[in-house]
Amino acid sequence: MALPATKDTGKGAGLDARLQALDVPDAGGWLGQARREALARLQATGLPMKRDEYWRYTDPASLNAPVAAVAAVFNPGDEAPTFDAVDRLKIVFVDGVFDPAASDDLAMAGIEIERLASAAGSDIHWAQGVFGVLEARAQSPVPRPFAALNTACATDGILIRATGRAARPVALVYVHASESSDATLHHCIKLEAGAELTILESGPAAARFTKVMEVEVGDGARFHHIRVQGRDHERRAVTHLFARLGAGSLVKSFTLTTNGRLTRNEAVLELAGPDARAHIAGAAVGDGDFHHDDTVFVTHAAERCESRQVFKKVLKNGATGVFQGKILVKSGAQKTDGYQISQALLLDDDSQFLAKPELEIYADDVKCSHGSTSGAIDETALFYLQSRGVPRASAQALMVLAFLAEAIDEVEDEAIADDIRGRLEGWLARHAAKGGK
Amino acid sequence: MLEIKNLHVKLEEEDKVILRGVDLKIGPGEVHAIMGPNGSGKSTLSYVLAGRDGYEVTEGSARLEGRELLEMEPEARAAAGLFLAFQYPVEIPGVGNMTFLRTAVNAQRKARGEEEVSAADFLKLVREKARTLKIDAEMLKRPVNVGFSGGEKKRNEILQMAMLEPRMCILDETDSGLDVDAMKLVSDGVNALRSAGRSFLVITHYQRLLDHIRPDVVHIMAAGRIIRTGGPELALEVENNGYADILNEVG
Repeated sequence: MALPATKDTGKGAGLDARLQALDVPDAGGWLGQARREALARLQATGLPMKRDEYWRYTDPASLNAPVAAVAAVFNPGDEAPTFDAVDRLKIVFVDGVFDPAASDDLAMAGIEIERLASAAGSDIHWAQGVFGVLEARAQSPVPRPFAALNTACATDGILIRATGRAARPVALVYVHASESSDATLHHCIKLEAGAELTILESGPAAARFTKVMEVEVGDGARFHHIRVQGRDHERRAVTHLFARLGAGSLVKSFTLTTNGRLTRNEAVLELAGPDARAHIAGAAVGDGDFHHDDTVFVTHAAERCESRQVFKKVLKNGATGVFQGKILVKSGAQKTDGYQISQALLLDDDSQFLAKPELEIYADDVKCSHGSTSGAIDETALFYLQSRGVPRASAQALMVLAFLAEAIDEVEDEAIADDIRGRLEGWLARHAAKGGK
Repeated sequence: MLEIKNLHVKLEEEDKVILRGVDLKIGPGEVHAIMGPNGSGKSTLSYVLAGRDGYEVTEGSARLEGRELLEMEPEARAAAGLFLAFQYPVEIPGVGNMTFLRTAVNAQRKARGEEEVSAADFLKLVREKARTLKIDAEMLKRPVNVGFSGGEKKRNEILQMAMLEPRMCILDETDSGLDVDAMKLVSDGVNALRSAGRSFLVITHYQRLLDHIRPDVVHIMAAGRIIRTGGPELALEVENNGYADILNEVG
């Protein structure tokens, strides 16, 4: 579609170049309207700049660039793909484009699945109430320009409506095939009251990946989300999870990140109905030019809700970890139980962890705790293990897994949790050489 | 079994000499005790033998069954048959006691080219040995030493020793922090492990532990050297007269 030039705010020129490089879709109907509104939001804020408070620790330059930087495609060899052992409905995207041949039939009892592209033609669609809606709500108090960009420009993605208990998890598999791919995916998920659904996400997706997942969780519904972000080291990704939780509902989200030049995972969770529970956790391990940013905003807007943020990072050889996490408790949200922990284990002196934990509370009868630490591995404990015959590298792996355990514990499915621990052990074994003694 | 010759050790970070020529020879099946005042170097000796960082050996050797220990990594020393029961057993949050024990046993077996123990066999063995040390299932499940009382920690050390079946056991002030009953329990655990092929070096401040674990030889250590060696009666002499007489005598 024809784009009006962005008003020059000092950020405009960059945004115009960024938009021109994308193939901004032109759609009529409700989807076209949602995209135009998102574009207006984006043009009002512009792209983020390093001087923006919310981007202080993560340089957005490579995400702002009109063209994605080249990223080599990782060859996993004979390593079993993530979630392969799980009985699931598989939906495959290659460099951000739906691949029907590699995907299962988009049909399963208890849920409706549809591609974003095919929904564009309808006049009325359930996704109208979700697409761009949760994203728009999340633009305040902090703008999230890449999410608005995503809503405006994403041509592919998946729409899932769960009306009952989904028989199997839905697995979104992101294949990275071209070393210069720039993928934009937008998913919308709606769980009707009492529905239950597990979404698995895996793979690096593209050289550069911009993703939004909006999740409307109805009263008493349960949404599980487990993500493994792929082994490709040179990729860059900015992802967003927006969820709004109805009364008595549950959201549990866990992300494992083992590589990536740049990863920014934003999560905005709104506990909108009473007695809802939102748990969001992440385990990240990075070696060398690895930059990993978890930016989380949890809003308690109703009474008796519980939220947990558990983020653990293991960093070595100059890797950087960032955590920006906030709990906002609105004035009516009495009996809130909020918990936030962010911790980094620095395996050498070159790595760094930058954390900004925040609490903002307007209710007077709440329980909120937060903690943030970074430190080295306990040498005394390492020696203790070695003195019992455990080789130093194994001892270190044992202690790293113990450190990450609190985050991995948020994965309820034991088989998947075991698989995640196995992948972490593999990573630790491959990366033991440097930094070990 | 263990032969230490002219061992000199200083701290790595500062110019402080701790051991100034320790000589010690322990035969198979023997139990030796080292006593000595605070700061005499007893604990340093145990740490240096086990391979802890932070110490520099400037001279001397320590051989376990003819193999030089001081050149090995700590895990290799363990696999070679050395075990140190820590004065302060270390807490390892997040690592289950059972996982820890099994990892250690299997790592040592692997290092020696032996088969790993099956999960079922291991469980049976641990339960049996834990029972005699009055270590309950709950303690086995908890993270290593986390929230354990002083006595529980020391019993857990002896359980590790029983599971790992070392040839040379060093007990570093295993009696510290133990009440009479716990000391009896720990001593019984140690005594049950005494055999013709296994030797012990018991480091202690007090004679009372030696009432339970009867030594063959007693050494007195002071200022980084063994200044006197004798039979069990030497421990009684220290108990009655303190270290002053012996120190004066040696000058």
